[in-house]
Amino acid sequence: MALWAALFLAVGGAGRAEDAPGRAPAAAITPETVRGLRLVSTFRTGNPQAHVASPQVAGDRLLVFTPFPHTLFALKVEAGHLRVDWTFRPDGNRMVEGVACCGLGLPGPAVAGDRLLLNTLDGHTIALDAATGRPLWDVPSAAVPRGETLASAPLVAGDRVIVGTAGDDFGIRGRVAALEAGSGRPLWTRFSTGSDQDVGIGPGFAPFYDRDLGRDAGVTSWPPGGWERGGGSVSGTLLHDPELGLVFHGTGRPAPINPDQRPGGNRWSSGLFARDAATGAARWFYQLASHDLHGVSGTGPLLMTDRDWKGVRRKLLIHVGLSGYVYVLDRVTGEVLSAEPFVPVNASRGVDLATGALLRSDNKTTRIGTMTRDVCPSLTGPVTPGGAALSPETGLLYIATSRLCMDIEPRPATYMQGTPFTGANLRAKRPPNGSLGALVAWDLAAGKPAWTIQEDLPVLGGPLPLPGGVVFYGTYDGYLKAVGARDGRVLWQEKLASGIVAAPTFFTAPDGAQYVSVLAGQGGALGPSAGLEVDARDATAARGLGNVLRGVPPPEDGGGALYLFALP
Amino acid sequence: MKRRAALVMAVAMLVGCQREQRDLRLDPPVAAALDQVAPTANGIGGAPPDVYVALGGPYESNAYNLGEGKRLYTWFNCKGCHADGGGASGPALMDGWWRYGADPVSLFVSLRDGRPNGMPAYRDKLTTEQIWQLVGYVQTIGMASATTAAPSRNDEMQSRPAENRAPAAADLPTPPSR
Ligand code: HEC
Repeated sequence: MALWAALFLAVGGAGRAEDAPGRAPAAAITPETVRGLRLVSTFRTGNPQAHVASPQVAGDRLLVFTPFPHTLFALKVEAGHLRVDWTFRPDGNRMVEGVACCGLGLPGPAVAGDRLLLNTLDGHTIALDAATGRPLWDVPSAAVPRGETLASAPLVAGDRVIVGTAGDDFGIRGRVAALEAGSGRPLWTRFSTGSDQDVGIGPGFAPFYDRDLGRDAGVTSWPPGGWERGGGSVSGTLLHDPELGLVFHGTGRPAPINPDQRPGGNRWSSGLFARDAATGAARWFYQLASHDLHGVSGTGPLLMTDRDWKGVRRKLLIHVGLSGYVYVLDRVTGEVLSAEPFVPVNASRGVDLATGALLRSDNKTTRIGTMTRDVCPSLTGPVTPGGAALSPETGLLYIATSRLCMDIEPRPATYMQGTPFTGANLRAKRPPNGSLGALVAWDLAAGKPAWTIQEDLPVLGGPLPLPGGVVFYGTYDGYLKAVGARDGRVLWQEKLASGIVAAPTFFTAPDGAQYVSVLAGQGGALGPSAGLEVDARDATAARGLGNVLRGVPPPEDGGGALYLFALP
Repeated sequence: MKRRAALVMAVAMLVGCQREQRDLRLDPPVAAALDQVAPTANGIGGAPPDVYVALGGPYESNAYNLGEGKRLYTWFNCKGCHADGGGASGPALMDGWWRYGADPVSLFVSLRDGRPNGMPAYRDKLTTEQIWQLVGYVQTIGMASATTAAPSRNDEMQSRPAENRAPAAADLPTPPSR
C-alpha cells in the first residue's frame, strides 16, 4: 500500500489523495537539510520536444516517458547512478503531430501492481509488464484522422481502466471509456454531448443545481448537429474515489471557440461529472460555464480531501479551474462550497453559490468579428492538469500558475475533419499587474493565498510538496527550486540546462536512499504549447503565446534530460 | 478633342481589362495542366507545369490571387495549425526555414498531397487553382525579398509584420499589440 500511495503521488494529479495512507516518508528533506542537496546523476532522453510528463515511480524503477514519438524508459538507481533497465517504443502514427493542439507530450503511465497502463498521443492504450516492458495488450482509444488524441494518463479504478479523449481544438465529440484492466476489453463509453443515453444520464442522475437538469440537453442546448462536433473533451485529470465508487472528470470547452456558431447552453461541455465507476452512469454534473465564452473548460486539476468545512466533516473535491478559480465542491452531491480566484480574473465576477452560475462580466463577452481586449485569464489556461498538489502536513494547496490575459477575436470556423475547428484569433497579454507566473500556496478554508512566489515566466513545472516541509518546483528559465512549505522562503535552487515544464518527483531507492528527480526539457522557444519550429514575431503563434514570450531567449538545448538529486 | 479623350479612355480601359482579366473558373484543360507538377522523387523541389510558366507565374505576382490565397488560408483552417505563420501544431511558415523546400513546386505538393508528420492533404478540398493561390500567399508569409504585389490589408487582429512589409524574415520591429 505504501508503494501505491507513493506512485499515486507521482502520477501528476491522477488519483492524488491528500490523506492516502502510508505515503512515502521523505521527512529527511527538511528546510534545514535541503541546502545539502546535490546532483548525483543525469540521463538524456534524446527527444527534443517539451517534456511535460513527470518522472514516475514503479517499484524500484523510475519511469521516464518522452513526448511523441514516445519512448518509455524504465531506469534503476544503483548507488546513485541511473541505469536503463528496459525501454518500450510503441509504433507511432506521425500524422498525429498536426492534431496535437498543445505539444507532443502527455503524462506517463498509471501503475497497477505489476502492470503499467500507458496512453499514447496517437490514441493507443497499452498495458505493459512493469518488470520487462513487454506489451500485454494494445487497444485504440482515439482516432487521429478525426482529430482525436490522448492527453492524460489512464486511471486505474479497481479492475477497470478509464481513458478520456482530447481534441477540443479539432471539434471532436468528447468521451470517456472504461476498459477491463486484464484484457483491454471495452466495458462502457460515455459522451460529453448528445442524447441522455449517450451521456449516461438516467434515473440515478441528481445534479445539485436545477440548471443542470433537462431532458436530452446534450442535444437541445446546441444548434442542430452542433453536439456532434461540440468538443467537451475528457483531457484533464481523472480521479477515482473507491469508497464512493465514483470517477470524477472534467469536460473540455465547447467547439468552436466562436460562440456565435453554437447558441445555447452547450451541455455537457465545460463542466465536471461524477460517474459510477462500474457503469459510467452520471451521478451529478456541474456546469462551470454555460455557453462558455472564454475557454473555461473543466480540464484543470482535480484533487480530493476529507476535511472539516465550516464545522462539518465533508468529502471535498477540489477543482483548480481554467476560469481562474479554485472550486471547492462536496464530491458526494456536487454542491459548490467556494470559488475564489487564484490568478487575475476579469472575464467573470465570481460564482453565485446559490445557483452555481458563473457571473460573466458584461464588458468581456466575446462576439464574432469583435475584438475583446485584456480578458483574464487567457484561453491557454492558468494551470496545467498536473499543476496542483495538496500537502497533508500544511493543509495548503500548491498551484503552479500562468498569469496570462488575452485579446480574443472570434471569427467563423468551418468544420473539416482533422483540421482545427476553433474560429478565434488569440493573442496572450500580460496581466494588469504582477508577473507572468507564480507558485501559489492556497489556503482552501480562507479562499486566498497563504503566500505567493512571483516568477517572471509562467510556472509549468510543479509543484511537489514533501512531508518534511519543503515544496519543489521548476521554472521556465530552468531553475529547480526548493521553498519552505509554510512560508515560501527559497531555500535552495539549481540551474539546469533547459526550462522545466513537468513536476519533480520524489523517489526512495531499494537501499533507502532518497532522491528528488526532475526532467528539464522545455522544447522550443514557446515551450509545450507548440513544436520546435515557432516564430514568436507572430503574436498569434502557439495560441497567442508568441505575444508575451517573444523576448524569451530559446534554450540552447531544449531536449529532455533527467536530473537526480540526493542529500549527502 | 472630346473624341480623342474618349479614345484614350477606351484604350486605357481595354489595357486595364487585359491587365486584370479574371475568369470565374479556370478552363478545365488549364486547371488540369496546372496540376501537372513534376516533383523530384523525395517530393522536394521539381519542375512546375509548363502552363504555369506560360502564364507567367500568376500566383506569386498578382494581388487578386494573393488576396484569395490569404482568404483561403483562414477559411481552410491553415490558421489553426500554422497561426499567422508563426506556428502552433504545424511549423512556422515565416521563419525562413522549410522542411520541404520553399519553391512553388514543393509548396504545391505539401498542400495537395500533405506531408507525413501531420500536414493534411488538401487534394479533395481545394481546386488546383486554389492550391496555387495558397502557394503564392504562403510565399509572401516567408518572403525574404520585397515583391511588387501584396495581398489585401489585414482587417483582423494584427499579429505580425504585414506581408507587403518584406523582407519579413528580417528582424523587423514587432507590431504593436495594444
Ligand atoms: C492539422 C494541422 C494542419 C493544417 C490544418 C494545415 N497544416 Fe500545414 N503542416 C502541418 C504540419 C504538422 C506540417 C509539418 C509536416 C511534416 O513535417 O511532415 C505542415 C507542413 C506544411 C508546409 C510545409 C512546411 C515546410 O517547412 O516545408 C506548408 C507549406 C503548409 N503546411 C501549409 C499549409 C497550408 C497552406 C494549409 C491550409 C491549406 C495547411 N498547411 C494546413 C499542419 C497543418
